Amino acid sequence: MTTTTSRNTTYRVHLFARYAELLGHSAIEIQLSEGATGLDLVGGLRVLPGGDLLPAAPFLAVNLCHVPLSTRLNPSDEIALLPPMAGG
Amino acid sequence: MSMGHIQTEPLDAMAIRNRVASPEFGGLVVFEGVVRDHHKGKGVTRLVYTSYDAMAESMCAELVAEGEHRWPVKLAVVHRVGDIPVGETAIVVVAAAAHRGAAFEACRWLLDSVKSKVPIWKREYYSDGTTDWVDPTHG
Repeated sequence: MTTTTSRNTTYRVHLFARYAELLGHSAIEIQLSEGATGLDLVGGLRVLPGGDLLPAAPFLAVNLCHVPLSTRLNPSDEIALLPPMAGG
Repeated sequence: MSMGHIQTEPLDAMAIRNRVASPEFGGLVVFEGVVRDHHKGKGVTRLVYTSYDAMAESMCAELVAEGEHRWPVKLAVVHRVGDIPVGETAIVVVAAAAHRGAAFEACRWLLDSVKSKVPIWKREYYSDGTTDWVDPTHG
């Protein structure tokens, strides 16, 4: 799925488990301003259909590592929003 | 095979134990997390685990390395994903050390770390026909 706004850089975000079900996709491409942060990404996703049920501060992973939502994103990053972990 | 690993096949705790056992270790703790038949008063028939595979594999390996740095132990953790029926094992954690104290501590730490940090999720299927994602942050 690709979502276009008036912004100018495309970021691809992977979604899992409940978040993938909420938004109906396991990955979404979304356009945000260059240098967008994780918080900007979450804000962009929360206005999509189903995205209003995403928490305001979900876990964010960039390039397979947990990072804070204040992290600036690069379009080449592997970005993922993670529901609360529930292994074991 | 890495000492931190994700797989869809059933888990063999003895095989995982044997990967870290050594004559130098007098204390060997093996923990198995098994799918139980109830949760919060509801009957559970099965669990379906999903994971962010690449990150989960990477994090399991990192946690094993971190634990082996913090304690004088050898560690292994293997998590099963996919459809797991009641009574079958979802995770095996093994800690081997010269003495039991470090083995118990490191085993518990590794299990708790996997549960709280590794991107794995589970959907419970209940005996009343309903289903839900497990969210440890909700009660």
